[in-house]
Amino acid sequence: MRWGVVTFPGSNDDHDALYVVQHILGCDAVGLWHKDRDLKGADCVILPGGFSYGDYLRCGAMARFSPVMESVAQFARAGGLVLGICNGFQVLCEAGLLPGALIRNRRLRFVCDHVRVRVEEADTPFTRAYRAGEVLAIPVKHGEGCYVADPETLDALEAHHQVVLRYVDVSGRATADANPNGSLSNIAGIVNRSRNVFGLMPHPEHACEKVLGGEDGVRLFGSVVATYATRSAPSGVSVAPGH
Amino acid sequence: MRARVFITPKKGVLDPPGKAVEHSLHALGFGEAHDVHLGKYIEVSLALTDRARAEQRMDEMCRKLLANGVIEDYRFEIEE
Repeated sequence: MRWGVVTFPGSNDDHDALYVVQHILGCDAVGLWHKDRDLKGADCVILPGGFSYGDYLRCGAMARFSPVMESVAQFARAGGLVLGICNGFQVLCEAGLLPGALIRNRRLRFVCDHVRVRVEEADTPFTRAYRAGEVLAIPVKHGEGCYVADPETLDALEAHHQVVLRYVDVSGRATADANPNGSLSNIAGIVNRSRNVFGLMPHPEHACEKVLGGEDGVRLFGSVVATYATRSAPSGVSVAPGH
Repeated sequence: MRARVFITPKKGVLDPPGKAVEHSLHALGFGEAHDVHLGKYIEVSLALTDRARAEQRMDEMCRKLLANGVIEDYRFEIEE
């Protein structure tokens, strides 16, 4: 399969993502410039971490209007797999591809730390290599990662099993102390209703090698590879395109 | 024409910066201050002459880019 990693002006984890999919997973991958409209045959598009367009106005607000995002939105609506990490998650919310928004951390501090997240849903193209309930150690680094949405949206997310990752403590409990940014319901990552668009604040691409402190992030990318294999197999189950 | 846009956190949405400023005001002895919210102020010059048209265009700008309706409210004033 081929990965596409978008670079916006101000992206800074684009090469980290490329490194993981190329050198750790051994996949084909291509960089996509924000002015590209062509996704160059990517089977999964990554919107990486960073500070696209300097985080001006609101995080992700300007990136949403870049030419590449028109193609990404179209790709997502047709069922294509899109993974937004950190700033990429903010871009997906601003673009309306995921519900809710990410605001300033409740304690007003930029957090750069190793956190634990619990896999709430293993039934997504991005988490199928994990077990539901598994606790992962993955780093975060953000100033605006507090997930908010109105009560109806939150209820709908829970009802449709769209909360994929939640911040937890070492024993797997979603406590206030384990929540690095004040996100409602300790939400660290969500998928859209049709489960092909995933946004998360933690950085799985920075948890793919022992030397960097852990490898819990590898299976996230591996899940996508497995999903792609299933989708492209002749007898495979195809995922219905959705919004 | 010139527009002045005021963007504020939606009622009920968490506003950590507003809370922090409120706490600081209290610490400085301004105990009467409450419900402090931080927003944005944006000025836009418009190459338009028709007021109704300007209002309609500003409303579109606010909805599409200047404010995020999930977390923010907006209002604007237009000066000739």
